[in-house]
Amino acid sequence: MSTGGHTTYLTDKIGPLPFCPGCGHDLLVKALDGALVELQPDPARVVIVTDIGCIGLADRHFVTHAFHGLHGRSITYACGLKLARPELTVIVLKGDGGCGIGGIHLLNVARRNIGITLLIANNFNYGMTGGQHSVTTPTDGITVTTPMGNFEGAMDLCGTAIAAGAGWVYRGTGFDADLAQRIAEAIRQPGFAMLDIWELCSAYYMPQNEIKKKDLIAMIGTSGMKAGLLADKPRPEYGESYRKAYAKSAERTKADKTIEPRFENNVSRQTGIVIAGSAGQKIRSAATVFAQAAMFANLEATQKDDYPITVMTGHSITEIILSPRRIDYTAIDSPDYFVLISEDGLNKSRSRIERLAETCVLYAEETLELPRTRARVVRLALARTAKKVNRLSIGTIALAAVLRDTAMFPAEALETTISTFQAPKIAAINLKAVAAGGNLVVTPAGG
Amino acid sequence: MGLEFLEGNEAIARGAMKAGCDFFAGYPITPSSSVFHHMLELVPRTGGVAIQGEDEIASIGMCIGAAMAGSKAMTATSGPGISLYSENIGLAVIGETPLVIVNVQRQGPATGSATKGADGDIQFTRWCTSGGLPMIALCPATVGEAYELTYLAFNLAERYRTPVFLLANKETGLTRESVDLDAITLPPLIERAKAPAEVEYRPHHFDRPGDVPAFSAFGGQRIARYTTSTHDQAGYLSTDPEVIQEMIDHYAAKINDAAEELAMVREDAEEGAETLVVGYGITARSAAVAVREARAGGVKVSALTLQTLYPVPETALRSAMKGVKRVIVPEMNMGQYVLEVERLAPAGVEVVGVNKMDTTLVSPSEIIEQGGLL
Repeated sequence: MSTGGHTTYLTDKIGPLPFCPGCGHDLLVKALDGALVELQPDPARVVIVTDIGCIGLADRHFVTHAFHGLHGRSITYACGLKLARPELTVIVLKGDGGCGIGGIHLLNVARRNIGITLLIANNFNYGMTGGQHSVTTPTDGITVTTPMGNFEGAMDLCGTAIAAGAGWVYRGTGFDADLAQRIAEAIRQPGFAMLDIWELCSAYYMPQNEIKKKDLIAMIGTSGMKAGLLADKPRPEYGESYRKAYAKSAERTKADKTIEPRFENNVSRQTGIVIAGSAGQKIRSAATVFAQAAMFANLEATQKDDYPITVMTGHSITEIILSPRRIDYTAIDSPDYFVLISEDGLNKSRSRIERLAETCVLYAEETLELPRTRARVVRLALARTAKKVNRLSIGTIALAAVLRDTAMFPAEALETTISTFQAPKIAAINLKAVAAGGNLVVTPAGG
Repeated sequence: MGLEFLEGNEAIARGAMKAGCDFFAGYPITPSSSVFHHMLELVPRTGGVAIQGEDEIASIGMCIGAAMAGSKAMTATSGPGISLYSENIGLAVIGETPLVIVNVQRQGPATGSATKGADGDIQFTRWCTSGGLPMIALCPATVGEAYELTYLAFNLAERYRTPVFLLANKETGLTRESVDLDAITLPPLIERAKAPAEVEYRPHHFDRPGDVPAFSAFGGQRIARYTTSTHDQAGYLSTDPEVIQEMIDHYAAKINDAAEELAMVREDAEEGAETLVVGYGITARSAAVAVREARAGGVKVSALTLQTLYPVPETALRSAMKGVKRVIVPEMNMGQYVLEVERLAPAGVEVVGVNKMDTTLVSPSEIIEQGGLL
């Protein structure tokens, strides 16, 4: 297709418009056609998006691309199309029913200001399903579902869109002589533009409520809602802002976290280490660094975390498995080492500590009152040491102590991980923590 | 790249990028949110868009719009989000939309245990939308497979013009593992077939029911049509029962005819085994340990791990079950895939489920004890 010289964007290829005699949708569709004729876009650069409702039958009568989706969701498809192909003109035709079920999308497209045009065919009821009331049915309006008169309030779609941030909003009726020009003006807006066009439904709302053309025009005056151009305050279009904001992200390099094994290890079988502390103690990060260090020492590793959904409070328990071979089962049924750092960790793992095997070594903060356990207990001055080094390095202190005691792999691997992957400031603190942890006085159980 | 300590969700994002994903929309939900975080880090660098929808419906809706504009789109959520995707998944099926849907499963139903894993959405995936047409679902067991199968999911979505599920689990999504993604061999990238420029575009054109229609993007020179309603090959509404059935047969045939091609399994067969363990996802790894331990104890046992859950790899399952007396199906749910195994099991073969959904992994010892692998 070429640009220019289009006298209409409608086609009778699949027959005439399918609407009931006297239905307002005819006027609306023809006004949209008039707007396109005024603008003369290449039809191949225009997408008309609709959803369920009588107006949703219109898209395929245009020579443009036609997208007909789920009830009330047309705005979402339109946004996807526009974000993926910003050069396209994307026009949504939607009924008042769709504005109810898909109200959240109306609010959010207005708020985000994605550059689509929303043309609402508002005839105050669901024509396609038998004349039920919608969010815009006037108070006292008679429909099949409001036989005693509607006692719900009618939603002011324009007021709602403006409150949500819509930059260009117009209200009128299908009888407005300048409707095509208004629609063209809306399509010209780079940002989100919306037209709430009041119409007659000749099958249901019109006969039920004895409304004719003049009554419809009068209704705007009596509804308490405003008509005409109600908002004209352009603001930056979302996609444009997005591309501008992220244009520089291509230059950002992601930190290289690859590991080249270069140390020996003394781990001959799959070894499970549980670290139980508190949220906010950086337990998970310390465990990750420890596992990466093990990888520098040519071991396989897994890490599984358990923490409450409120991440800054309560327990933080991490399970690390190290093995010279592939690790299949990632849970630890019987830990080889249990590192107990805080009261929160203790409270969450009390029954687990009671079940520890005698082959397990329990490294416990010196001040914690331990439940009965068969594990060999090693007391560590973790809190005291952390106070001297840094409150957030308690996990690293504990794991450095475990590493010194078990000699699973050299502390050098831990130091290498810290200095390779961490920012210099944090690395300096954690290197101190490794040294302090390694020097902790290790007191055997009962000592 | 090289050896890294990665969580599955990051591997999913990397697999998507490797496959050329340039559009992502999602809504925050544990345990899948970090897929979105990683995509937001990666997608805009290549000129694509990663956006947070106002809800799950908007997120998948934006993906469908973008996919029909020619993008390679992905969304990620967990079980509750799949419930909200349901209607739009049907739209992607009827509209023949290439789309990758990641479900990092968590324990349910409803909000369930938000930060804990389960495989409770297996049959839900198969029957996730009205109409009951076939689905493709891949299930990773490791972080490496999360990368590989996400990449493959894009290939299948493009190849068959259909939504493809990646069924992860909190236990594969948020567990970190030592892995070298570069060491994983990937097949060549598949792009959706482009419709010829010379003729008018028929969005759902096929000669044989199992053919996959060539694609032309919204905004391309040839006019495209897309509709949620029953339609003919040209994309125009149809109420003709013959046309409708022809289209339904087509949606089903393009997946079902390819079932063998889609079937990815790992077989660990032992000569003379009387027992077979069928596993998938994280539980297949417990099964591997159970099988090793049972063999060490002198029990003859085979294992079959499924990477493709749907369409069901029927040939592989039937062949693996040949000659065995019992089949053990351990699952982090109350017995879902076992239904597929049961319907394929030869007469006289006992099928035993090992099931729980208490947020912990099915352990090797549970498989050995409850499966009778002693």
